[in-house]
Amino acid sequence: MAYSILQLLAFLLAPPLLLGVIGRVKARVAGREGPPLLQPYRDLARLLRKGAVYSRTATWLFRAGPVVGLGAVLAAGLMVPLGAPAATVSFDGDFVLVAYLLGLARFFTVLAALDTGSSFEGMGASREVTFSALAEPALFLGLLSLVRSTGGLDLSHLLGPGLSAAWRTDGPALLLVGLAFFVVALAENARIPVDDPATHLELTMIHEVMVLDHSGPDLALIQYGAALKLWLFGALVVNLFLGARPADPALAFAAFLALELAFAAAIGLVESSMARLRLVRVPQLLVGASVLSGFALVLLLR
Amino acid sequence: MTGWIDLLFILVLVADQFVLASSRLRAGIRAVAAQGVVLGVLPVVLASDATEVGHVAALAVGAAAVKGLAIPWLLARATRESRVSREAAPLLGFVPSLVLGALGIVAAVWLATDLPLPVPGPPLLVPTALGTIWTGLLLLVSRRKAVGQVLGFLVLENGVFVFGLLLSDFMPAMVEVGVLLDLFAAVFVMAIVMFDIQRAFSSLDTDRLSSLRD
Repeated sequence: MAYSILQLLAFLLAPPLLLGVIGRVKARVAGREGPPLLQPYRDLARLLRKGAVYSRTATWLFRAGPVVGLGAVLAAGLMVPLGAPAATVSFDGDFVLVAYLLGLARFFTVLAALDTGSSFEGMGASREVTFSALAEPALFLGLLSLVRSTGGLDLSHLLGPGLSAAWRTDGPALLLVGLAFFVVALAENARIPVDDPATHLELTMIHEVMVLDHSGPDLALIQYGAALKLWLFGALVVNLFLGARPADPALAFAAFLALELAFAAAIGLVESSMARLRLVRVPQLLVGASVLSGFALVLLLR
Repeated sequence: MTGWIDLLFILVLVADQFVLASSRLRAGIRAVAAQGVVLGVLPVVLASDATEVGHVAALAVGAAAVKGLAIPWLLARATRESRVSREAAPLLGFVPSLVLGALGIVAAVWLATDLPLPVPGPPLLVPTALGTIWTGLLLLVSRRKAVGQVLGFLVLENGVFVFGLLLSDFMPAMVEVGVLLDLFAAVFVMAIVMFDIQRAFSSLDTDRLSSLRD
């Protein structure tokens, strides 16, 4: 019980730290000092103190976007094991709900972007929807492989106790799934090979361009939601690779937190070593990830 | 342990997919080289109860040297010297070829369950062989540039090699040495032909060959 409260506290407080770690790793690789690790928290506090500006053409959808987005991600976080032995809520088939809660968050971000009537934001929305549609088969085929391999139907089992036996029998297949999940995490969180979160060149932006019109507290909610989503996808990858978790729950929790930070550092390294892919090449990467998880599923069905 | 033998086969198949998806010729050549090195490791891992250790070792070293080093080096040199553009420019787009390649692997896994083998082998051997042969065929018919087609031929041959691993304990070493030599000679000839195509058309696009008249 104590750990399930602890994991929720970590889920609410720690995610912006991941963004700080990514920024720091990128700066260090480039030979700069980089912003302080806690900079994302300061940015959020600064944005929350500001007022919001709303366009006259925008309707309630524009205001609902950030709120629904954050709410959906928070609800999804209740069903993913985030360091404790089990998730806060867990039932058969909850992974479908998690995936579609994240889909709902995206849907409202897209609606809010379209609601502004800006053509740039429309382009960003169109790209976001295209790429996420391509990332979805990779995620679901990977989850199906986990279902097949561990024999559970809830995320707490899929990403928890079932894995240690699964790694012994189906190691190679799980490795492929882990790789596919990492690519999906990069794509879903608008990280570099797919999207560049730092750029403000409208022609190539995907996620950033959709939130151009949001300001003040709304933007803070969006950035906080994005950090939480990164933590969720990190949990997916980390839990998978953690496999047989230490029996001591305190040790398991510490290992989870450490690996989440390592996940952020890995993203930072990927971002420093690669350029953003050309937009036409992105579907290729995502289809490649789907092929990897489909391949894992075929291996397990054999 | 069998799980990690499976991993080698999976690496071979992932390399197939990578060649299908890579738009740079250089990346494709590197993927084929990596596949060759994995093929060099395979005989050693599979031959835990082999009778002729020397034969297996020779096969492993020969495969890794020819498929992993010599041929890729030759091809890389040919692409560099003929100064072709680095893009692969296939007839079939990258995403369709990836999907077709994946379907081929699924079909190979499905077919392999119905193919009884003379000797019991690792379960992934036949799917890997069939999937790799299919990838090679796909590359051969869908690539426009000569380098891409040579890569297809190499992948095809790698598939045949995987299939032959099943018999490595029975086949006389001379046969395999002959096959490796043939392969090397074939790629050598292809490299020369590539130079000639390049000199005649200042491009490696094989479509231009149809404009030849006598």
